[in-house]
Amino acid sequence: MSDDSGSAEIRHDQARWSTNGTYEPLLSEKDSTEIAVDADAAGLPDELTRDSVELPNLSESELARHYTRLSQQTYGITSGPYPLGSCTMKYNPTFTEDVAALPGAAVHPDRSEGSTQGTLELLYRLQGYLARIGGMDAVTLQPPAGAAGEFVGIRVAAAYHEHNGESHRDEVIVPESAHGTNFATAALGGYDVVSLPSDESGRVDLEALEAALSENTAALMLTNPNTLGLFERDIQTIAEMVHDVGGLLYYDGANLNALLGRARPGDMGFDVMHYNVHKTFATPHGGGGPGAGPVGVVSELAPFLPAPRVREADAESADGPREADGPDPTTDSTDAIYELFDPEHTIGTVHGFQGNWLVLVKAFAYIARLGDEGLADASAKAVLNANYLGSQIDYEIPYGPFHHEFVASAGEQDAADVAKRMLDYGVHPPTTKWPEIVSQALMTEPTEVETKSTLDQLAAAFNAVAEEDDATIEAAPNRTTAKRIDQTSAARNPRLSWQALDADDE
Amino acid sequence: MYGSRTTGSPYAPHTDTETVAMLDAVGVDSEEALFDIPEPVQFDGDFGIDARSERATRQLVESILERNDDLVELLGRGHYGYYIPSLVDHLSDRSEFLTSYTQYQPEVSQGFLQALFEYQSMLVELTGLEVANCSMYDAATALGEAATLADRLRSVSGSVVLVPELLAANKRSTLGNYVAGTDLTVETYPMVDGAADLDAIADRLDGDVVMLYAENPTVRGTIEPGLSTLGDLATESDSLFVLGSDPVALSLLERPADVGADVVIGDASVLGLPTAYGMGLGLFATREDYLRQVPGRLVGASEDGDDRRAYTLTLQTREQHIRRERATSNICTNQAWVALRTAIHAAALGPDGLVDLATRDVTRARELAERVDDLPGVTAPVHDRHHVREFVARVDGAASTIAADLEDHGYAVHTLGEDELQLCVAGATDDELDGFVDALSEVVR
Ligand SMILES: Cc1ncc(COP(=O)(O)O)c(C=O)c1O
Repeated sequence: MSDDSGSAEIRHDQARWSTNGTYEPLLSEKDSTEIAVDADAAGLPDELTRDSVELPNLSESELARHYTRLSQQTYGITSGPYPLGSCTMKYNPTFTEDVAALPGAAVHPDRSEGSTQGTLELLYRLQGYLARIGGMDAVTLQPPAGAAGEFVGIRVAAAYHEHNGESHRDEVIVPESAHGTNFATAALGGYDVVSLPSDESGRVDLEALEAALSENTAALMLTNPNTLGLFERDIQTIAEMVHDVGGLLYYDGANLNALLGRARPGDMGFDVMHYNVHKTFATPHGGGGPGAGPVGVVSELAPFLPAPRVREADAESADGPREADGPDPTTDSTDAIYELFDPEHTIGTVHGFQGNWLVLVKAFAYIARLGDEGLADASAKAVLNANYLGSQIDYEIPYGPFHHEFVASAGEQDAADVAKRMLDYGVHPPTTKWPEIVSQALMTEPTEVETKSTLDQLAAAFNAVAEEDDATIEAAPNRTTAKRIDQTSAARNPRLSWQALDADDE
Repeated sequence: MYGSRTTGSPYAPHTDTETVAMLDAVGVDSEEALFDIPEPVQFDGDFGIDARSERATRQLVESILERNDDLVELLGRGHYGYYIPSLVDHLSDRSEFLTSYTQYQPEVSQGFLQALFEYQSMLVELTGLEVANCSMYDAATALGEAATLADRLRSVSGSVVLVPELLAANKRSTLGNYVAGTDLTVETYPMVDGAADLDAIADRLDGDVVMLYAENPTVRGTIEPGLSTLGDLATESDSLFVLGSDPVALSLLERPADVGADVVIGDASVLGLPTAYGMGLGLFATREDYLRQVPGRLVGASEDGDDRRAYTLTLQTREQHIRRERATSNICTNQAWVALRTAIHAAALGPDGLVDLATRDVTRARELAERVDDLPGVTAPVHDRHHVREFVARVDGAASTIAADLEDHGYAVHTLGEDELQLCVAGATDDELDGFVDALSEVVR
């Protein structure tokens, strides 16, 4: 952590196992054993069984090496900085793995409520934590990711409008700069997507919004801070405009890490939101998932939430404010009785059971560990880190003031090439080419977990690449397990399994 | 740091000196000055959540989860508690796997991509279909995605999705939400003695069914005997034939490709995850013909700059980040790490271990059914079918009372309706099953 280590360059030569000119061979290349399936052994008639199964047959020690090598050929947050914009790649505290592995966490979802009071209590407490953090009245923990949370929001909006005799509302408005899932979710819900341009400052264009809103508006989906890291300063006006036409305001919680303890979607006028616990609450991203996307709503929408939810058994009202408060978060005592209930006009379920339970346990532990002060400090340091890093890089950052992330422009360079070249400097690059409002976008979110010296190294990586010529960056990366991978070939000639590899691929 | 720090996030490493230096560099004098939040929407209250040390947080979670009773679970119906080899935990917990994300930079993510490619390949082998994606959330959402795929293909003019009347309620409900934005409607076909009623289905397939769904095994643990007939019927009526299953059952039962399945969905986390309150891994496999319509992420092989085989996410123009409202699905974050665990578990079992596991699921379910059938007031199995893993038993007297009494003896079982129990052997040891039979004999006496 010494202050003068800033200029030190990091290099990372990633592990590269290979055998006879092939990177670590596939399991199937290490062994492939076909066995006949014996229907008699199971006492089944032949017609009910398959003939054979062919799979690798390897010893435990061989498998331990296989997967250890594969892990060495994978870059994670514990390897180095991972400033992937919009993804909030925080360090994942190791102890949360331990609590998720507690024997008490291993219960079946069809058990009686009486025998799963621990699970119900944890879920109830987490509902309460999230309601307070978002300024919402009621929370469902069922959605298994952010996009699934969006889907709940859209389905709840549909049910709410239908309940009010307004099923004609068939449009969802989404800003041009929004995440792809917003558009895709609205479409999955059967809505026409109305896309909203930004104004010159990179925020919602109020005139365009006015023009887009109508009695057909079901909802406006918004991220705040938006994907440029900018706070939507007119949020109260926006909320008023949407509510005036009878629409609902949806908060995409991907960027909540910027606001913890400083502003709450509920106070800004949002009616429904998702929390992205694998971002804001540091549950591991696991190479793509699992995450969790709980949804909070104002009390008017609570009756439409997915079933079931958890409440205290003696609670007087099913969905009233009392439930949002949750148990006293300052006590550790556990004696209330909890039960499941179906909200009155529930949309039903969006998952076969109760979502990604083990992820929820980790999120609960993270929030309980940090408390008010830790959460507020997380957002302060996330915003400080982004601003400090932004101040140290040579690429232009056209929009500000930004919060937990910024979008720099690679200018004349190709952002994808810049990213590949950054890999050679021992860091993970930012998200590239999105949002499109910044040309050659480098969307950068360092999160609160980086030290000043790591940020200096990250800045050094950006700046070194900024100086390099096209030939150099097009030839990158050189220090990673694989050299630049041919995307066109992968798509033109899809080989999606080891069975599909031809002899010359092998 | 552990427990001694009382303010700030324990995972934000800044010293005060560094914070000041960084604020200086930015040109502001406080962290607050970095926030551009209009006054009226600033939050100056508190959540009332106390920070805790790591140790106190562990104790809190332990004390809460200790309230879960320690029961032997004979529970299934889509979520199973197989023994998970230690190897699966230790290898999947390697932090590079756990803390990486979607492989947007494949050159630095070859390990995880290869593991997912291997996972896809195992499902290709088990289903006999050419394409498996690298995960959906769970079986219920995978079923929903299959229906939207059927909607996009639209080989018939109608709009009916036909599903079994015996179907897990949440699966049915989730499917309902996925098709709510389409003009598809969900209808059920009857079952005869726990299996699809082939005659009724043949009658029903009159040209307006876009998708026919069956499960093997069914939610009641019966092995579906009429799959090839269903496949033929679906082909004749141009309906998409979607089959629900899982990797353990698939290793023993009829291969979906051999019975004409167009899509296989299900919960692949029967391998890889212990009982986890329903957390799953959506399996999704289909025929090459529908490749461009597949939802979710696909890992493919390609070549790198040294002309060596390398892996990458591919055909991404199907996905939300490129295709937006015209994407094949809205899924982004998926269940990749669970898929890694499933692949490790399958590899640890090997072909013999896997087939043996499924075989024992059949024989042990049969044996347990025979033993409980010998008890007075218990008939099992209710359905005159072959079973895997689980079966339904009928009891004299209220099933709910019997289940509650069993719980007092330390066993958890499903109740179905007034007088049926469903019993699953997947996660239980032989000793536990012996103990269960003793307990049941006392309870029904
Ligand atoms: C702004 C934004 N919205 C929504 C999502 C979707 O969340 P998830 O990936 O958890 O489904 C993401 C992230 O991936 C995002 O960055």
